[in-house]
Amino acid sequence: MHGEKDSTRRRFLGLAGGAAVLGTVPIVTLRPAEATPAMLASAIRTVTGGAAVKTGKIQLDVPPLVENGNTVPLTVSVASAMAPEDFVKSIHVFNEKNPQPNIGNFYFGPNAGRAQVSTRIRLADSQKVVAIARLSDGSFWSASVDVVVTLAACTEEVI
Amino acid sequence: MPSALINVPAKAKRGDIIEIKTLMSHIMETGYRHTATGEFVPRDIITSFACRYNGNEIFRADLFPAIAANPFITFFTTATASGKFEFEWIGDSGFSETASASIIVE
Repeated sequence: MHGEKDSTRRRFLGLAGGAAVLGTVPIVTLRPAEATPAMLASAIRTVTGGAAVKTGKIQLDVPPLVENGNTVPLTVSVASAMAPEDFVKSIHVFNEKNPQPNIGNFYFGPNAGRAQVSTRIRLADSQKVVAIARLSDGSFWSASVDVVVTLAACTEEVI
Repeated sequence: MPSALINVPAKAKRGDIIEIKTLMSHIMETGYRHTATGEFVPRDIITSFACRYNGNEIFRADLFPAIAANPFITFFTTATASGKFEFEWIGDSGFSETASASIIVE
């Protein structure tokens, strides 16, 4: 019995040592799927249809340091008059490293008054969050924020 | 047992920009998690949310697994006339819920 216990401990220490030597590699292999920057780019292309995306006009509020990736407050707003001839048609939010690049699409009408939406999102890793706004004149504007996540969402086991 | 929480001002002046807050209780299972035995838990999320103001759609959202459990969405609209806001959530495995709120515009 004593020997059995000892070998378990030794095995654990061996594994821990191995993990330390390999550095971050085991964390990456544990994740079942991960969107890549290429997937992010293609998801953005699906929305814009290849049109040029300019930086600005849009503000993305996410805390830069997140303790729990399961619920991250997010507010996106666009500086717009929201008049019938000039309004924000939609806001699209993307991420870089969740299993899927999309977070949400939000569609507005000219009567919205203010082009702003708030929600709570999940982030599986420290990563970049990107928001893109489509204006009624057909132009696209973007903003991005880097977020550091200490406890990741999505991939933990169900108990 | 799904249930919605809606926050709409009861009264507003014509032309005011009002904030609408909505929360629907839902697990928003991502489909990327697995049990201790290694089986994947199937996806079960709300995929779409819409709000109508006196019959006209004023806001719509497509949701993905990256939206946190119990989706909380707030947005704005201009108070134009007294009437009713109708909210609708549609999701996986036949999930469909509605809620409504009324407003008096002076």
